[in-house]
Amino acid sequence: MKLRRTMMFVPGNNPGMLQNAGIYGADTIIMDLEDSVAISEKDVARQLVLSALKKIKYPCEVAIRINHISTPFGRKDLEVVLAGRPNLIRLPMAQDASEIQEIDAIITEAEEKYGFASGSIKMMAAIETPKGLMHAYDIASASPRMVALAIGAEDFVANLKTNRTKDGKELVTARGQLILAARAAGIDAIDTVFADINDEETFIAETTMIKEMGFDGKSVVNPRQIRLVHEIFAPAVKEIEHAERVLAAYQEALANKSGVISLNGKMIDAPIVVRAERVLAYAAAAATREEV
Amino acid sequence: MLNSVGREIPEKVTGVANLRPYAGAFGAAPAGRLTGPKIAAAKPRSDKLLKSMEQMIEATGLRDGMTISFHHHFRNGDYVLNTVIDAIARKGIKGLTLAPSSLNDINDVIIPYIEEGVITAIETSGARGKLGRLLTSGKMAKPAIIRSHGGRARAIECGELKIDVAFIGAPACDTYGNINGVMGRSACGSLGYAMVDAAHADQVVAITDNLLPYPLIPVSIPQHQVDYILVVDRIGDPKGIASGALRISKDPRELLMAEYAAAVIEYSGYFKDGYSLQLGSGGASLAAAKFMREKMLAQNITCSFGLGGITAPFAAMLADGLIKTVFDVQDFDLPSIESLRDNPNHIEVSASLYANPHNRGPIVNMLDISILSATEVDVNFNVNVLTDSNGVIMGASGGHPDAAAGAAMSIIVAPLLRGRLPMVLDKVHTIVTPGETVDVIVTERGVAVNPLRKDLRANLRNANIPLLDIEELQRIAYDLAGKPAPIPVTDEVVALVEYRDGTITDVVRRPVSM
Repeated sequence: MKLRRTMMFVPGNNPGMLQNAGIYGADTIIMDLEDSVAISEKDVARQLVLSALKKIKYPCEVAIRINHISTPFGRKDLEVVLAGRPNLIRLPMAQDASEIQEIDAIITEAEEKYGFASGSIKMMAAIETPKGLMHAYDIASASPRMVALAIGAEDFVANLKTNRTKDGKELVTARGQLILAARAAGIDAIDTVFADINDEETFIAETTMIKEMGFDGKSVVNPRQIRLVHEIFAPAVKEIEHAERVLAAYQEALANKSGVISLNGKMIDAPIVVRAERVLAYAAAAATREEV
Repeated sequence: MLNSVGREIPEKVTGVANLRPYAGAFGAAPAGRLTGPKIAAAKPRSDKLLKSMEQMIEATGLRDGMTISFHHHFRNGDYVLNTVIDAIARKGIKGLTLAPSSLNDINDVIIPYIEEGVITAIETSGARGKLGRLLTSGKMAKPAIIRSHGGRARAIECGELKIDVAFIGAPACDTYGNINGVMGRSACGSLGYAMVDAAHADQVVAITDNLLPYPLIPVSIPQHQVDYILVVDRIGDPKGIASGALRISKDPRELLMAEYAAAVIEYSGYFKDGYSLQLGSGGASLAAAKFMREKMLAQNITCSFGLGGITAPFAAMLADGLIKTVFDVQDFDLPSIESLRDNPNHIEVSASLYANPHNRGPIVNMLDISILSATEVDVNFNVNVLTDSNGVIMGASGGHPDAAAGAAMSIIVAPLLRGRLPMVLDKVHTIVTPGETVDVIVTERGVAVNPLRKDLRANLRNANIPLLDIEELQRIAYDLAGKPAPIPVTDEVVALVEYRDGTITDVVRRPVSM
């Protein structure tokens, strides 16, 4: 099970940050060619990102945020960076399924050209407009490469004609719909960044909320946020122990070819087993087992 | 001759007698007796107050070829060293040995006096900037002698460093020469380094901008060690002496290293109620204090004593009861100075009590853990904190070798890469702290344990940190940045790096590029 609790943005034009991006324990790093790179530096950033992909062994998933495919930069980004075999291409400002299919075709070509396994380079899309949200399920299911949908709140909220609030009421609907679309398509849902890195309290509250809503993880802009997210996503000891007992009971029932499985008198069905597996995957990834 | 860390030490160096090669951290057995100052006598109601710098120089009998000392507690706000040397130069005195406890950038203004021959030799802890370049350039008549803080105290007490006149900047001084560092606008906190000079120099002058009525309380340096008092307008710039509270770093890489260092401590086997700790003043050391605080609170563990150069996070842990006692040889910021002044469990100690290996027991010997920094380390765990990547002096030995040797576990925290340069090398350019006294090296990409410490390595398996061999760390760095070529040097020895026991761990040779 691939966890994406934290997807950390790294500016694609900053060699020092690219060099060290892998050391902080993020589940995914996103090398950014879009908003953090000035137009005059797009070309060098592409080359820098390509060198980093080829030269540095990152211990985690590596995604590239390309410029939108409709801009003069998007195709060029793909042309350069696909040679470095990133794990994931992230499309910003996704509006409809055709964009995903267009990128999918380019990736397919590149995989053939460079001899990479077919379908090995995955995709994700950021929903940053109401129109994109209306098409979220189509976008999520537009290609078998799609592994995640993310919400990009800044643009989205501007499009809603409102502002961001501390408790995030302006995003309640959008976050809910995004999770539904992602789950319907069977892929991950990733929450938006939280830009004020010195406001840990609000960051923790927001991350706790999105975890409870069902998000798989959060985009982060600073390594200091990683530990906080991972602590929030770490299952409590009680949850872990329960999951271990559920799986043990399940294994035992399988071995005994017993039809009905129960633990302490409660029936265990398939969703409970799936949830237990999920808890243990998060526990394994967590640095420590947090006390209740 | 080759010393026990594999460095070629010349038999003879201009102006220095009896070089002894380093032979292990506790390989030198001292002999003989301590030395002391000349016997003095003071008649009742004698007046120690001088009227001018000129009178001060005459009164002390300072003449060509003598050795003068200063302390560096005023750090980059020090006016004393510069103004005294300026006055000495105006008197036409030449050929002095300058032996301050350390040198800072602010002391760059004495460079012309070195070029004019007023100062012809320097014995200190280190130097930066232009002074560091000057020492490395070979323009001095004899090589600089670099000593640790404990090593300097030892050299003074055994007579290897004989101070003729000690000029002691005194933030507070009464009319009969009692001094402390915690009062007045130039307060610097502890006077730990100066205490040794005051106790052993033939002549001791207190230079103050804060003359107070007799008797001054508290006393750091007592009246019976002080010959003269000179009042001046300003002995230092408060802004350069002590910063506001040193803050915990927000640099994610330093925080990551600090987190690893804290995890090393937690799982080392030493993290028990009553343990003891020395922290450096570098970013990662300070940040480690934050994580240590969290772990101590969570596990209900307190520290019996904290030691070293003191900073705000340390003082705060003392105030909160997480540390029972702080032993203080130097202060870095205002909260630590205030803590020394106000908290009875914050104790000022001399450099000898702190770290001198040749007395009956320095405090470093009682340390469980020290966290130190490094410029470079090598695969034998040797540490360089003195010379930069061009072979130029830009740092100081400080308390590094002392705390590493004394602590049951010494942890070096340093980035694996600085810019494009790997920091784990085959051989460090200059050995200041020998690898046998270094137990753990923490970098942002992994933690290496000295193979001499198999016990520690076993303990750290559960620490949830990337535990690697030092060679693996080096390979990671070399893969990213390539293998750096050694710095080409000439045969000319420009500095001797003395270990705390007086033996030579290494020499600095003039780089070809200078």
